[in-house]
Amino acid sequence: MAKGIWVFAEQLEGQIKKVSFELLSEGRKVADTLGEELCAVLAGKDVAGLAASLGEYGADKVYVVDNAALENYTTDGYTNVIADLIKQYEPSALLLGCTVTGRDLAAQVAQRLQTGLMTDCIGMEAVDGQLVFTRPLYAGKVILKASCPEARPAMATIRPNTFPVVSNAKAAEVVTVDANVGEIRQVVKEVIRVASERPELTEADIIVSGGRGMKGPENFKILEELADVVGAAVGASRAAVDAGWIAQSFQVGQTGKTVSPVMYVACGISGAIQHLAGMSSAKCIVAVNKDEEANIFKVADYGVVGDLFDVVPVLKDEIKKVIA
Amino acid sequence: MKILVCLKQTFDTEAKITLSNGKIDRKGVSMIVNPYDEYAVEEALKIVEKDGGQVTVVSVGDQQAQDALRQALAMGANDAVLVDVGDKELDEYSTATILAKAISGMEYDLVLGGFRAIDDGSAQVSGRVAEILNIPVVNVVTKLEVADGKATATREIEGGNEVLEVSLPAIITAQKGLNEPRYPSMKGIMKAKKKPLAKKTLADLGLDDSQVAPKVKAISFSLPEARQAGKIIPGEAAEAAAELAKLLREEAKVI
Repeated sequence: MAKGIWVFAEQLEGQIKKVSFELLSEGRKVADTLGEELCAVLAGKDVAGLAASLGEYGADKVYVVDNAALENYTTDGYTNVIADLIKQYEPSALLLGCTVTGRDLAAQVAQRLQTGLMTDCIGMEAVDGQLVFTRPLYAGKVILKASCPEARPAMATIRPNTFPVVSNAKAAEVVTVDANVGEIRQVVKEVIRVASERPELTEADIIVSGGRGMKGPENFKILEELADVVGAAVGASRAAVDAGWIAQSFQVGQTGKTVSPVMYVACGISGAIQHLAGMSSAKCIVAVNKDEEANIFKVADYGVVGDLFDVVPVLKDEIKKVIA
Repeated sequence: MKILVCLKQTFDTEAKITLSNGKIDRKGVSMIVNPYDEYAVEEALKIVEKDGGQVTVVSVGDQQAQDALRQALAMGANDAVLVDVGDKELDEYSTATILAKAISGMEYDLVLGGFRAIDDGSAQVSGRVAEILNIPVVNVVTKLEVADGKATATREIEGGNEVLEVSLPAIITAQKGLNEPRYPSMKGIMKAKKKPLAKKTLADLGLDDSQVAPKVKAISFSLPEARQAGKIIPGEAAEAAAELAKLLREEAKVI
């Protein structure tokens, strides 16, 4: 019988992504409820040293595949390794972060194992021996609860920032596995990383976002200054992206990224339904907009009706003061 | 070059969702081509305009999905295939099984699709189809070049981009930024009415119900609780900003 809750420990250049710790923290709870083991699976090049850190968040066991061919993520290389491990150890569930990599890997692995996959989930609970996942559909306009009752492992990708990280120091047993990477048909020609001191948009605790009200690309500096005071990422609405003021990769919304930060500060964003789709699961929404009728105020926890060019710089200084 | 484009008809992004008997009510909802699939259609058309070839659009859906296929034909695709599944309950495993079966009976050098649909947003059917057809997949592509039996694709990764090369045939999924989809011209719309649109059933594809049974079971659908509007902080900009900073620290405790 399939046994064990597995978490894919996603790492990038030797750093485990925070979402993996979130999944282990919550995975610990459901594993205890179901009376199963919690395992992390870690793959990459020179990653063995990271295994111990996974125990700190509750993993009983860490499977490590260290292979030079896994230096860069590729769909084929990672699918071959993870699917083979699953066939060998037969876990009952596999959880991944809903990141670019998690999403890509999950689809291919799920098909190879002929199992079900629930994506972009925002909740997980153990009910009558089954994992039940909560996922928003139609840009958050409907909430679905679903499970994968028979096929194993039950698979899900979970949105970053859904679960808190909880320390649960354990000395995880590290199992080094020699896996066959197989043929990799995606040949990586070039990896271009845009250096940024700011956190990744989908993982950030705080996001400062700008829309049409920013009026031009040069004004995003105001948001960056506020962002840097609180260690936030900078985001944008579709209007700002389509105007060419900021790159597409910063877009939050239905045709951009979905984010769940602790605080989302919307500056000069009207709050079109497509934008709300990407950020309405933020725990606290702050809106600054000249137009008191703007839709964003209907969802904001705190609103300031005013010109963002007057409000945001003062807000930055005032926040500096209160956190000092 | 023969290019297949997988296309899904979805609810309009503005559509209001209601539930009826615990299920999503589709009645009276205006339907559109999934916006990410439009990028895929556009890219296919650009490739054949440059290098010659044929574009076939394929959809799994109900009768109404013909409208979405006709729109792709009006943009310039040559022909279309609809696998009519009526209102059968499917998950991504089922849909991928059906799509892959339909595709495996056709000739193709390249398969394109949107990287996700805006309705269930699951972004997994293409990866699954690639696995079934045993061809490589490259997801979230923002730039594509096809030459000499190879595709060179730039894809979005966290914190940057990467350039991948795959041999054809392959599946490439489109991300916003790949191109600007054209609007169908009046002439295109007229022409589309006469372009071939083949309809197939699961039986035509040699699939029975057990082969397309979902792996995922929906337990319940519900409407989310509406977010409540909070406080509007009064006062001039400077005054309001100071009060806001204080509230974020002391009341919301988010900074």
